[in-house]
Amino acid sequence: MSVNKRIVADFVKNDISFVTTVPCKQLAGVIDEIENSLEIFHIPSNKEDEGMGLCAGAFMGGKRPAIIMQNTALGVTLNTLATLTQFYRMPLPMLISYRGELGEPVACQVEMAVHTKALLTQFLIPTYHFHKESDADELDNILKYTFMCNKPVAILTDATFWKGEKE
Amino acid sequence: MIRSEVLKSLLPVISDEFVVCNIGLPSQELHMMDDQPTNFYMLGTMGLSSSIGLGVALVQNQKVISIDGDGSVLTNFGTLPTIANNVADNFILLIIDNGSYGSTGDQPTYAGKKTSLSAVATACGCENVVECQAEDAAETLKAALASNKMTIIVCKCESGNIPVPVITMDPVSIRDRFMNELKVRNG
Repeated sequence: MSVNKRIVADFVKNDISFVTTVPCKQLAGVIDEIENSLEIFHIPSNKEDEGMGLCAGAFMGGKRPAIIMQNTALGVTLNTLATLTQFYRMPLPMLISYRGELGEPVACQVEMAVHTKALLTQFLIPTYHFHKESDADELDNILKYTFMCNKPVAILTDATFWKGEKE
Repeated sequence: MIRSEVLKSLLPVISDEFVVCNIGLPSQELHMMDDQPTNFYMLGTMGLSSSIGLGVALVQNQKVISIDGDGSVLTNFGTLPTIANNVADNFILLIIDNGSYGSTGDQPTYAGKKTSLSAVATACGCENVVECQAEDAAETLKAALASNKMTIIVCKCESGNIPVPVITMDPVSIRDRFMNELKVRNG
């Protein structure tokens, strides 16, 4: 099974049925899988904080949500993470493409990459980093952990992880 | 009429409905006038009332009214195309447009100048967009609820505020009782 299919299968296994996405080149495959999934309602959002608002609503309506986004957008979501997701104690798995890591061709992406883990740490957001394809074996447990503790949880997925997909 | 008077006129219509209420004075006014388990008060996160309300509406059957402000919609303009392209006929977005950032001292917004939020909503693809005056807000909302069609209402009113206490309820309590009420009514 491809890593994209495995990720979506773990989402479905954990009853995630509402997923919002803002695209990234690295995430194109998994977003396609989300779009094609019969078990998941896919709602693209225009900005990541808007997406987190949609996810908060879906959670209150009784569904398990998730957001798929790029790390460069972390800055625009910090207020929402603190004052909505964390303040009201809502679970939110965040599958994040970790641009600006090894293999990155675009220098500007590195500028947010160097702040990514520091910001997540500062906001006390449990963070996991997928570098090798086998790191995805932990996704099922990470999702269970997220809905157990009702917190936003970040899963950073770097270029090497996604490159593994093509090999 | 100012926003608090519009909200007061809406109480007979919204008291028993699920309401996601905008940050700041709108939530404080609603909380003071008619606290209900069906109300979700936003204590922070300017701009996301419409996104939260749409999220709730899309995943269950109860009707949901997001009460928003012109300043907050301007903050999260991307919400209007998302609403237009993900129709939930149990969702109503009520934008109380007083042309100002009321909670921060009535600084003017662009919606009070050249920008028409109803024209923007229409241009974004929203199909049922109604602009009304403050005096007609309750009747317009009543009609929108009866229509069973997703509706965007832009209610024009005057700028101005009344003194209201802050909400001291715990956010988790606000969220929990709102969720429980939804669960009960959805059976």
